[in-house]
Amino acid sequence: MAEKVGVYVCHCGSNIAGKVNVEEVAKWAGENLQDVAVSRDYKFMCSSLGQKMIEDDIRGEGLTRVVVAACSPHLHEKTFRRACTNAGLNPYLLDMTNIREHCSWVHRDMDSATLKAKSLVSAAVSRVKFQEPLEPTYVDVNPATLVIGGGIAGLQATLELADAGYHVYLVERSPSIGGHMAQFDKTFPTLDCSACILTPKMSEAGQHENVTLLTYSEIESVKGSVGNFEVKVRKKARRVDYDACTGCGICIEKCPRKVVDTEFEAGLGFRKAIYTPFPQAVPRVPVIDADSCIWFQRQKCRACEKLCPTDAIKFDQEDETLTLNVGNIILATGWKPFECRDIPQYGYGRLANVYTSLEFERLCNAAGPTNGKIVLRDGKTEPQSVAIIHCVGSRDVRHNEYCSGICCMASLKFGHLVLEKTKANVYSFYIDMRTNQKGYEEFYQRLLEEGMHFVRGKVSEITDAARMPNEQGKLIIQCEDTLMGRQRRIPVDMVVLMGALEPQSDAKEMGLKCGISCSMQGFFTERHPKLDPVATMTDGIFVAGACQGPKDIPASVAQGAAAAARVQGMITKGKVMVEPVVAKINEEACSGCRICNNICPYNAIEYDAERGVSHIITALCKGCGTCVSACPASVISGAHFSDQQIDAEIEGVLWDVIRPKSAVVSAN
Amino acid sequence: MSSASGAATAAGTKPKLAIYWAASCGGCEISILGIDTKILDVAAAFELVMCPCIMDGKVRDIEQLEDGAIAVCLFNGSIRNSEQEYMAQLLRRKSKVLVAFGSCAHEGCIPGLANLHDKQAIFENSYQETESTENPQRVRPQTATTVPEGTLHLPVFYDTVRTLDQTVDVDYYLPGCPPESPKIWEAIQAIVAGNLPPKGTVIGSDTTVCDDCKRIRNVKKVKQFKRTWEIIPDPEICLLEQGLLCCGIATRAGCGALCPQVNSPCIGCYGPNNDVHDFGARLMSAVASVIDADNPKDINAIISQGIPDPVGTFYRFGLAGSLLRRSKRPAGSDGGH
Repeated sequence: MAEKVGVYVCHCGSNIAGKVNVEEVAKWAGENLQDVAVSRDYKFMCSSLGQKMIEDDIRGEGLTRVVVAACSPHLHEKTFRRACTNAGLNPYLLDMTNIREHCSWVHRDMDSATLKAKSLVSAAVSRVKFQEPLEPTYVDVNPATLVIGGGIAGLQATLELADAGYHVYLVERSPSIGGHMAQFDKTFPTLDCSACILTPKMSEAGQHENVTLLTYSEIESVKGSVGNFEVKVRKKARRVDYDACTGCGICIEKCPRKVVDTEFEAGLGFRKAIYTPFPQAVPRVPVIDADSCIWFQRQKCRACEKLCPTDAIKFDQEDETLTLNVGNIILATGWKPFECRDIPQYGYGRLANVYTSLEFERLCNAAGPTNGKIVLRDGKTEPQSVAIIHCVGSRDVRHNEYCSGICCMASLKFGHLVLEKTKANVYSFYIDMRTNQKGYEEFYQRLLEEGMHFVRGKVSEITDAARMPNEQGKLIIQCEDTLMGRQRRIPVDMVVLMGALEPQSDAKEMGLKCGISCSMQGFFTERHPKLDPVATMTDGIFVAGACQGPKDIPASVAQGAAAAARVQGMITKGKVMVEPVVAKINEEACSGCRICNNICPYNAIEYDAERGVSHIITALCKGCGTCVSACPASVISGAHFSDQQIDAEIEGVLWDVIRPKSAVVSAN
Repeated sequence: MSSASGAATAAGTKPKLAIYWAASCGGCEISILGIDTKILDVAAAFELVMCPCIMDGKVRDIEQLEDGAIAVCLFNGSIRNSEQEYMAQLLRRKSKVLVAFGSCAHEGCIPGLANLHDKQAIFENSYQETESTENPQRVRPQTATTVPEGTLHLPVFYDTVRTLDQTVDVDYYLPGCPPESPKIWEAIQAIVAGNLPPKGTVIGSDTTVCDDCKRIRNVKKVKQFKRTWEIIPDPEICLLEQGLLCCGIATRAGCGALCPQVNSPCIGCYGPNNDVHDFGARLMSAVASVIDADNPKDINAIISQGIPDPVGTFYRFGLAGSLLRRSKRPAGSDGGH
């Protein structure tokens, strides 16, 4: 029986109609394409009137297939599928072809764009006739959630979910939760103490009945899909019995081995070989760093073991792999600071009194290595002048084109702290001052009043080569002051480089594990930059905080809460629809060559050794088609993307080559 | 013997069988004879009207037959000149069932690799450049040559080698270079019994060589492809896993995995499985999926070092029948011919 196809061509206001002759495309399709029973154009197909038009035709004309030529299926496939369902037509008998992004938005010439739109409609009409009705399945959502990263974004998400009564596994790779925020002294613009607002949240997460804290742990693999992920977590050996340790700290106190703390203290302070990153760490259980522990290096000492009152030291403890079953995952893996050595003309690592912003945070911090005194590298001299350099590695085509967003405000905060704690002059070298959140501009005004000096211009060099007597023994900032319109050399005692916020170096790897992608810069890609900022293209995987792009604390907290709200929505709904667009192996014809076994990005293919065939776990399959194209025997087929459908589509798009006569007639 | 002599009495009423060769090597005929004494059963069931390899026969005898007079024609060889094209058309007209027999007729096979070149280049090589050729007058084959006795004719040599079904309508395909004798016998039995599948069927298995291969298969990750002379492979483990580019994963079963059994990777002579448009593309896509590297530089190195002859590897048997069919021709060459 011949199919009855309905073709609906959308104007999208003038979005499509401005460059495609929509009426002509609709008329042409109705007159020239086989099995087209109805062909219409309409101003806004996605409006309720447009949808009603389709529904009425399905009922009235007995359409068996529907083609909508409009925008991207990403935007409105759901809309039109729903219209089909409403009228009693299986939603998978719809095909949407994109004549907006693929025609009107990318072509200048109306005739060519119209011709291309015809080709795409022809392709869709050919294809849709081979589409088959499919039925989605539903799976239960596991109410437990995994949050990866224990910084402020991850903490917020964890607590929101835990307080709502759902179980959360919080995985953090360092020995304590808290993230970068734990390193800060004050937070802008209100100048409240970072620790004072963060540590209550940390200890709440540590003690919450609904939170399983897995610190010093890394994600090994993520299998499964929304509703039912199976996550392998490697709990690195702490070499301290988690349950026996009371966190008394005697082991730390007595450990004879002292090493430079490059993590928490950013290289400015020391820690022991057995340590917690900072006194308020959660959990308080320390870890032994085998690379510096005397026992692991020289088989001597064991002081901690001898002195531990609860016998919690376990030198032979090994890594442990845990399997977690969760329904949703929130990635809050944060950021890493720009490597300031990559701009050698700024002298970091070569000139002693050039600091990174994180180093300076520790210097200002009352619990830091100098007890909050701002002093030079010698540990005692107070600087008489401090330069703060903005945009180090940000807004710079050689490093990162993007603006790191937080540095202007952090610079103002540093300026304030220097002015408060010392008698030094403070210079800010900025390109543009970006203070566009609540209370930020006011803070900038405050610093102007406090007497911070602002020099608008990008610093070309920081040097200790003096030219003038007043430059002797100083660091000289060479820069063009674009407001004064001349070059300046400003001698200072101390320089702070406001390094860019960069994605974690293993962000891509983590993205691969979870099946989500990263932007060019390496930040995780959200589903929609405006309308869906915490979801990703993989259902059940959400992102929050600076792993999605540079963010300050308020924005990270907002995203953490938003991600938690999205997850709660999933849990409350209880079930998720599994798209029936999946691959299927013809197991009769499968030779079990196992080519497909290793390539499925969702780990949905398993090998049945007994029968010597591969098998697709439908619940895990996302229908991506990787295995379909890899199968050398062509025994894997993809529902909704069968060879027959794709061949028909290709033939359809080539209508003017295959039937040259009709092409010439109708194209004119 | 008894069945053969018994059937001989019915000579003349027996269905007619033709076996013809076009651009081929004769291996298909040898494989037919490889069915051994069962050839007598064939003789009992059919009247063999043509088989230039093993018996005398004249084209005019075939021309004089009524259309459709031949019950079955097993046609091996690809089509590379005008005579072969004429014979393909003639035998198509005279035969009820035309079988593309063997890889040449089915997908072009080794003769089809000539499609990487054109007529001029092939003539230049064959009649000029080879070491053993001395041809100072640059003599080339001519389609017509006048001699005192009259005019001699040679077939027109085409630019492009075609498969049988690119030339005439084909009913069935029997894959293999050559088709294995037991499979030939199975096919003949099916024909005799009138137990034929739908037109266009490739008579053979629905699985691939791996199905018949006894080697242990693991998850595949290939860091380096090796040529056969570079390693002595482990006899137990899948050859592809050992870096030998075994085409068995993409090749239709039917041979009984003869080559892998003796430590030699499958070269793909049985052609693609059902529903495969292009054997080479399929195989390449599969092989690409198991390359164990994650950046373009390493991937390029693995491919360029390990697969020095991609066409000869992936399209050894299927170039003429593939989607691409041949290398790009300069404008103004003689079209399909």
